[in-house]
Amino acid sequence: MQVTMAVNGVEVTREIEGRLLLVHFLRDHLGLTGTHWGCDTSNCGTCVVWLDGEPVKSCTVLAASAGGHEVRTVEGLEHDGELDPIQQGFVECHGLQCGFCTPGMLMTGRALLDRNPHPTDEQVREAISGQICRCTGYATIVRSVQWAAAHPDGAEATEPDVTDSEAVPSGSAS
Amino acid sequence: MQVPAALEYERASDVDHALNLLGRYGDTAKILAGGHSLLPMMKLRLATPEYLIDINDLHDELGYIRIDPTEARIGAMTRHRELLESDELGRMFPIFADAERVIADPVVRNRGTIGGSLCQADPSEDLSAVCTTLAASCVIRGPGGDRVVAMDEFHQGPYETAVGDDELLIELRIPVHPNGSSAYEKVERRAGDWAVVSAGAAVWLEDGVLSDARVGLAAVGPNTNGITAVSEACRGQAPSEELFARAGELAAQHCEPSTDQRGSADYKRHLAKELTVRTLRQAVRRIVERN
Repeated sequence: MQVTMAVNGVEVTREIEGRLLLVHFLRDHLGLTGTHWGCDTSNCGTCVVWLDGEPVKSCTVLAASAGGHEVRTVEGLEHDGELDPIQQGFVECHGLQCGFCTPGMLMTGRALLDRNPHPTDEQVREAISGQICRCTGYATIVRSVQWAAAHPDGAEATEPDVTDSEAVPSGSAS
Repeated sequence: MQVPAALEYERASDVDHALNLLGRYGDTAKILAGGHSLLPMMKLRLATPEYLIDINDLHDELGYIRIDPTEARIGAMTRHRELLESDELGRMFPIFADAERVIADPVVRNRGTIGGSLCQADPSEDLSAVCTTLAASCVIRGPGGDRVVAMDEFHQGPYETAVGDDELLIELRIPVHPNGSSAYEKVERRAGDWAVVSAGAAVWLEDGVLSDARVGLAAVGPNTNGITAVSEACRGQAPSEELFARAGELAAQHCEPSTDQRGSADYKRHLAKELTVRTLRQAVRRIVERN
């Protein structure tokens, strides 16, 4: 069957099998390997992309179901070579170690801030509660999202502003 | 890599179209709503439909929460997040928000639907326990029109429902009575997991006594079940810790848990008792605090 969808603002049409999962469509058919493929069971959340602006686990959505809809992946976060503030936050606050969970965390974090520009740490934790960081770097992920909340324009700070999040102990900027 | 078996994908544009497709493909077809129960089963090849009928385009038609003085109507394609975020539903039936907060995780809740949850008919499924507690009715549409089935008859065993091969669940209807409230509590092994046991309670107060009380349990039988003995024991009684304790004992007696990897039958019976007490207490407290 043929499927057409907008991925990061670009319309794409491909011949696919009806059973193809969206995560494999993005990675194998479009070469967008930024979206990671992890547990296959909608538990780990590294495959999170946006479908019509909502974060979804792309291992549990058929590519065919995305036909006629808008998909946004981690590759679509940057603007003209500038990192999105959520990406910058992960750079500033050491939001990743191995990086495997990062694309899903970024997409969920961005979606959270779009709905709630100033979340509490508890709200960030709730938002990412369907995602697993096997490095257990959750504290720095929460800090990274809060950095983005405090820098909605992606200010060029080279150190996290320690006054921006209660989660950052004083003097721990690195 | 887990992938479903080969299938033919069809997308329904409205309810009538979905029914036409079901009529054509019969038992070789499955309905795809949010997909977060069906697709995992298809990946494990526990479900191998030849035809998959995607009804996500029916969200405009079947995604709604309408509450009038006597009845709440919830469209089958209403997604978990919409149930959680509906202030009106939360005020009328706080049991929904209690349950939704412990169903899977926020990203899964963006996609999963109430109709899909009920049609999965998993004995541990939370919204089934909620609908059992609230004495919901299920509106099933087929080629001959609509029929309304009570929750007690909707589930016919694990993973089996009253929905025929050429039919579609389109709506849940929940009766509204004055001065009621409700609550839900679940014990799970880890955040977002299926219940070890969960309980829902709904109560209605009139002149200081319970005009009615209902308890629904998940994961302690072939389907979620309402405990009628609790209702009988509570009706006409003033709410008290002694009454809640008695109700908890009855709930533990009238369920059929089995030992599995989530816990022993004895432990589940203990949970049925304890969660019944807690949810009844919480539901009554909510009425008292509101008044």
